Amino acid sequence: MPVDEDTIKQKLIKAITLAETSLPPDVETVIKRAYETEESDVGRAQLHAILQNIEIAREKKLPICQDTGLLGYIVEIGDDFPIRPGRIVKILTEATIEATEKIPLRPNAIDFWAEKNTGNNVGVGIPIIRVEPCDGDRLRIVVFPKGGGSSYVAKLYSIPPARGIEGVVDVAVRAVYDAGPKPCPPTFLGIGIGGTEDKAMLLAKKALMRRMDENSDVEKIARVEREIVEKANMLGIGPMGLGGKWTVLNARIEWACRHPATFLVGVVFNCWALRRAFLEYKDGDVIVYQ
Amino acid sequence: MAEYHLKTPISEEDVRRLRVGDIVYVSGKIFTARDAAHKKMIEIIKSGGEIPFETKGLLVYHVGPVVRKLDKGWKIIAAGPTTSARMEALEADFIRIFGVRGIIGKGGMFERTTKACMEFGAFYGAFVGGCAILAANSIEEVEAVYWLDELGVPEAVWLLRVNKFGPLTVAIDSHGNNLFMDVLSKAESNLRKILQ
Repeated sequence: MPVDEDTIKQKLIKAITLAETSLPPDVETVIKRAYETEESDVGRAQLHAILQNIEIAREKKLPICQDTGLLGYIVEIGDDFPIRPGRIVKILTEATIEATEKIPLRPNAIDFWAEKNTGNNVGVGIPIIRVEPCDGDRLRIVVFPKGGGSSYVAKLYSIPPARGIEGVVDVAVRAVYDAGPKPCPPTFLGIGIGGTEDKAMLLAKKALMRRMDENSDVEKIARVEREIVEKANMLGIGPMGLGGKWTVLNARIEWACRHPATFLVGVVFNCWALRRAFLEYKDGDVIVYQ
Repeated sequence: MAEYHLKTPISEEDVRRLRVGDIVYVSGKIFTARDAAHKKMIEIIKSGGEIPFETKGLLVYHVGPVVRKLDKGWKIIAAGPTTSARMEALEADFIRIFGVRGIIGKGGMFERTTKACMEFGAFYGAFVGGCAILAANSIEEVEAVYWLDELGVPEAVWLLRVNKFGPLTVAIDSHGNNLFMDVLSKAESNLRKILQ
């Protein structure tokens, strides 16, 4: 069945709605696990409220948080997909405007030179769209809204290459300390290692799009992910910064080869409300899922 | 960790009973104010004006809500707390001038606010960041909105009637305790141990 532009747009609005109103099951599982194992009473009270909030938002189909974020999309598009990438970018922009009105989303795009909010979550450079070509007739779009509180504390470190992976663990823990209560802990960490500065940050962001109830299937990497979580949780910042066992729920790592002289580490946070959804064209059908 | 259900206007005696780590649910009237509203209200008083509603004994909520206009009045759709640290420079004066018995927000506040809470009998109740729907669910009615045209929806002052609004974790009490600052100072010494 040929796929038309309007179908893609309507399914995109559906995917944005799903991302904003319903947390992915893997994310919810991890929060539940934290609630069951949190040792601080104050911490448990925060996590209990979070679980209640998730449930009511899903039931009422309302945004989980009033900061509905800046909308970000990663588009993997095959050379043989019938709609051109340029059109997909246009459709994404239209879907963003319509979803803002319909759900509703908070308008979050500020034109700081004009000192005004554009009012529809679209403006210069916004939404953030990244197109990645691939083989075949595939289309897969990751919908990833990102709230301001957790973007506020993102970090890029350049560590002495001799420090190696141990240095990565240290800066990740330091970033969690510096962030304190600001990113609405417990948080998820995306860590990007290697490449150039832009690559490290992109990898960190992509790491946040991984499943959060598991770790890397490469044991060496999984071990580092677990070590970061364990050490960050020794800080005791706890849910909402009120003290407790769970400051970081999980950390995921993406990597690229590095230049001999550099060892770049990007650390990106997501609040407990890690919102995402996928749109995929498969066997003539467009599906939306988390 | 005790649990309290308070009704506004809240008395000084009630606030003095609260200790950091206690949980509070509040019912009655509260009002919203972010940076611009704090400035606006203080300026009005300093230039000899009056605030159009009674602030004594109420709680001030740091929030920029998502609202929907109804045929008659307003509905609050989502109303999770915003970062309180931005209001630190103004909050001590705000507590003194308006006689509020507490602040609702997220992320905590610092020395000056802690001192003002001690001196005037107020507390800081941390509401869970991101729990916008849980908050909106216990807002029963928008009683009034002030300076809407001038400040815009998120910055305007919304006078709300709430029922069992919470859980608020007492993070600054009226006895000089500040849970956020304690947690951060412990985290700092933990960080040194971890990085050794």
